[in-house]
Amino acid sequence: MTAATDVLAPAAAPAPRRRDFEVVFALMAALLVAAPFVVYPVFLMQALCFALFACAFNLLIGYVGLLSFGHAMFLGSAGYVSAHAAKEWGVTPELAILLGVLTSGAIGLVVGALAIRRQGIYFAMITLALSQMIYFFCLQAPFTHGEDGIQSVPRGKLFGVLDLADNMTMYFFVLAVFLGGFLLIYRIIHSPFGQVLKAIRENEPRAISLGYSVDRYKLAAFVMSAALAGLAGATKSLALQNASLTDVHWSMSGEVVLMTLIGGLGTMFGPVVGAFVIIAMLNYLAQFGQWVLVIQGVIFVVCVLAFRRGVVGEIGALIRREL
Amino acid sequence: MANDIILRTRGLTREFKGFVAVEDVDLEIHRGTIHALIGPNGAGKTTCFNLLTKFLVPTRGQIIYKDRDITAAPPAAVARMGLVRSFQISAVFPNLTALENVRVALQRERGESFDFWRSKSVLDKWNDRALALLEDVGLTEFAYTPAVNLAYGRKRALEIATTLALDPEMLLLDEPMAGMGHEDIDRVAALIKKVSAKRTILMVEHNLSVVSDLSDRITVLTRGRVLAEGDYAAVSSDPRVQQAYMGSGH
Repeated sequence: MTAATDVLAPAAAPAPRRRDFEVVFALMAALLVAAPFVVYPVFLMQALCFALFACAFNLLIGYVGLLSFGHAMFLGSAGYVSAHAAKEWGVTPELAILLGVLTSGAIGLVVGALAIRRQGIYFAMITLALSQMIYFFCLQAPFTHGEDGIQSVPRGKLFGVLDLADNMTMYFFVLAVFLGGFLLIYRIIHSPFGQVLKAIRENEPRAISLGYSVDRYKLAAFVMSAALAGLAGATKSLALQNASLTDVHWSMSGEVVLMTLIGGLGTMFGPVVGAFVIIAMLNYLAQFGQWVLVIQGVIFVVCVLAFRRGVVGEIGALIRREL
Repeated sequence: MANDIILRTRGLTREFKGFVAVEDVDLEIHRGTIHALIGPNGAGKTTCFNLLTKFLVPTRGQIIYKDRDITAAPPAAVARMGLVRSFQISAVFPNLTALENVRVALQRERGESFDFWRSKSVLDKWNDRALALLEDVGLTEFAYTPAVNLAYGRKRALEIATTLALDPEMLLLDEPMAGMGHEDIDRVAALIKKVSAKRTILMVEHNLSVVSDLSDRITVLTRGRVLAEGDYAAVSSDPRVQQAYMGSGH
């Protein structure tokens, strides 16, 4: 009788899941290589940076179960540092990005060490509070130029050789950064370390009782997520040639939650789809002015009510694959 | 060796704001036996269990495990000494497959590694051992089924397999039969019997038929104190025990 209560029949040895990932990844990469010949590259660069940002956020919420409500601080502060380094110090783009990533990683270490002591809503509130502190710092610090932000950031020459001033060249650089970051996240999730992260997400007391110091694992994941969000922010400030308060504002932290939810929380490709949907809406619905927010709200409500797993999550459930 | 005592308590006491939940309990658990802790509701079984698993701190008294005083040791350290507990609510990782559940425990052999750059295929070397453990608990055919889809009894079996992956010397089972149907009870009882071969088990359990089948020795608690101790025949014929159970409405 007990067998009848099992929802699924005994599953056979799993088909190689990697194959699925490789096919979809190749498809996505091909689409993104072809895209700038059809769509305005600057728009695509913006979408790619947000996609990487959402993927970094998803690493925490989807695979460790930590809802950070202050991820804008990593995006924004890395953006400021890279923009400042490229404009005022004249460093090469790769170095500017590296400085941005190190900054957000360091902030992630401090914020993470404080926040992981609490769980659930308290974790979210602490990250929000600390990101507001970063916001006010960025508002007041002289090098960020307050409300004006850092404008006309030079893209410079990659490794001192490749001129990124051309939109197409810059696009393929951004694409390389995005794909690299995306694959790194895939690797993290599917590593022995990632396996422990999933165990913590699934049942934290049990993971402790098996002898894992879960706080150290959470902190490591938090720093990785922060650094990757910083990579997105740093690349974005060079691609769009500016760094502004928008990127450190709390509403940006909300935006990334929205992107991840719409695309599909805990799926590899979901945040990418979500980011493209949201950025496309912001750009192409700009003519509706403030109504964009209302439209966004409606889409969000529909998403939560009708397809809770997000676009990619629902498709994955339909074809019984993990995307 | 059979009379060798693996875990003992001396004068174990726990008070909660004017209420004594466990009072002066002296337990002696012999190596290689199955020892049951029974008693009517409110007798202090769960408090006693939580004291032994270090989830509560005793007000007074001592806990000695393998001749070492562990009264002040943190729960994780105790687990590493080979004294591992189970949970009353089945503790599995729902969205991992049965195989992955067991592997998370086996993986601990690597120590606390943070190698996020490696493929998880390095964990495949534990697959054989994980499958062997699953076979021991009769879950071979469910190795690739997510734990969330398993029936309740099988989840308990999976939890036991995961615990066994740590190769504990002594198991503390918190009401292993709680919430189970007849069929699952038989299955898990057989499993506990099998597992006890090389280990010591202390369990808190309500189901008296299970207790009579499995236990070598039984301690009866009432009102936080030890009322009687002995094998099932001796304990069940003890008039004080009958009184305690009748008196509390059983």
